[in-house]
Amino acid sequence: MLNKSIAELSHSLQAKKISSHELTQFFLERIKKLDPQLNSFITVTEQQALDAAKKADAQLAQGKAGPLTGIPIAQKDIFCTLGVKTSCGSKMLDNFISPYDATVIKRFNEAGMVMLGKTNMDEFAMGSSNENSYYGSVKNPWNVEYVPGGSSGGSAAAVAASLAPVATGTDTGGSIRQPAALCGISGIKPTYGRISRYGMIAFASSLDQGGLFAKSAEDLAWVLNTMAGFDENDSTSANIAVPDYTNTLNDSLKGLRIGLPKEFFSDALDKDIGNAIQTAIKVYEKLGATFHEINLPNTSLSIPAYYVIAPAECSSNLARFDGVRYGHRCEDPKDLEDLYKRSRSEGFGKEVTRRIMIGTYALSAGYYDAYYIKAQKIRRLVADDFRKAFKSVDVILGPTTPSPAFKLGEKTSDPISMYLSDIYTIAVNLAGLPGMSIPAGFTKGLPIGMQLIGNAFAEARLLNVAHAYQKETDWHTKTPEGF
Amino acid sequence: MSLTAGDVKKIAHLARLNLLENDVTLYTQQLSTILNFVEQMNQADTAEIEPFFNPLDLGQRLRPDVVTEQNQRDAFQAIAPQVEAGLYLVPQVIEGEE
Repeated sequence: MLNKSIAELSHSLQAKKISSHELTQFFLERIKKLDPQLNSFITVTEQQALDAAKKADAQLAQGKAGPLTGIPIAQKDIFCTLGVKTSCGSKMLDNFISPYDATVIKRFNEAGMVMLGKTNMDEFAMGSSNENSYYGSVKNPWNVEYVPGGSSGGSAAAVAASLAPVATGTDTGGSIRQPAALCGISGIKPTYGRISRYGMIAFASSLDQGGLFAKSAEDLAWVLNTMAGFDENDSTSANIAVPDYTNTLNDSLKGLRIGLPKEFFSDALDKDIGNAIQTAIKVYEKLGATFHEINLPNTSLSIPAYYVIAPAECSSNLARFDGVRYGHRCEDPKDLEDLYKRSRSEGFGKEVTRRIMIGTYALSAGYYDAYYIKAQKIRRLVADDFRKAFKSVDVILGPTTPSPAFKLGEKTSDPISMYLSDIYTIAVNLAGLPGMSIPAGFTKGLPIGMQLIGNAFAEARLLNVAHAYQKETDWHTKTPEGF
Repeated sequence: MSLTAGDVKKIAHLARLNLLENDVTLYTQQLSTILNFVEQMNQADTAEIEPFFNPLDLGQRLRPDVVTEQNQRDAFQAIAPQVEAGLYLVPQVIEGEE
């Protein structure tokens, strides 16, 4: 059960070789035994999981099962789950039992998937190391002195350590791709609008996008089929048909034009990561792809633009946490202003506080044009770079991160150095495009991630390109010692 | 762009946050560093560029004007810090006769 693909697990379930109960029990026991070393879960929903497994087994017995019925999944604690604590990694929501299910949770439940629990994350998805969680940092299973990346660090660490076969994440500036890279697994951030945001706690609404972690592109395709699709409850959901992502996994790459952005291969890139990408290029050339240098000249401006847009939207979204309707409330407020101020200051951690203040400033009278509008103009320049590039190439390839996982505590005192670890991922969010990270090697025992970027709604193509690589290489089959 | 402690206190008030005196010093320094960093944006000439608000450049979708929400007051108030008779309670806002 440990190293089986989702397709294999699904076939075993349909053939009654294993039951969902056995499978669920297997992962629950691994979580119990191994997660104390990693801290990747905030809540383990053991009883609900066993109940859902029982229901799945009944469906399997009646021949009413779908392809994902009975498969366990871990959910990032940013997705609202009916009757289950949904903390978003924050003290603010430590007492929040969601009164409804997010659309993606509903879709997984309807497909018969079994939720194992809610995974740890940077508070309100703000961070690149998972050190901003109210519930403590998550450890990287490849070396527990290192960060797993963030903000979806719990989901990434859980999948890397085989505590769950698949897990959800969200990606606002790299929060799926960066932890996937640092933990040596596959992750996909689909096109903005592809995955419903309803019930996914908002950080920066024009950038946030849900996605997945798994051991391979094939596994991602299986689960994305259920996760993706139009939702009336999300005003920015795209009403565009979802293809069966498993159908095109084995398409030939002959004649595929892959772009290499010059800006992604500067001196700032770790040498071993650069070499791993060069080796991957040779694999793709063997498969018939051709490589073309492209320019994304505004890449370096994407980080400053992001750190205006994301905080601005965050300051607006997080204004809802006021201590009145739900979430943390301070003791004995003396008046309404005191209630707001103390509830918020007690409930939010430092990084969230910093971003709310930056956003408040950027949106305040007299500064709106200089910061927010300026950043949105740069956003168009960044998106135009991609638009031009996709006239001559089908897919863009490069590193996911400039360096491998860093040590816990290494960057906590310097926000800017933390921000810069997202240099290759942020532009993709600004443009709203789909991106993936897949394992492409190791440096000093730590995984290396390779990023694939596609045109809008080209998830099928990305999964195809990733799967082709994974048929030729075995990086994605490596597992950390002790897990 | 360097902020003063006074600026940071004003921003904190606008965001309805309470900062400890020690934190004011820390945030003044950190927010100034971040604002200096984002000023790199000024390297780009954007005079002729339209701002980009939605990645898909889609307009806002409209739906028929019919009621779709059910009344879930009790479920929502079950997780509220303080309610009474279906109302959310906060400290008194309006001066009134006792």
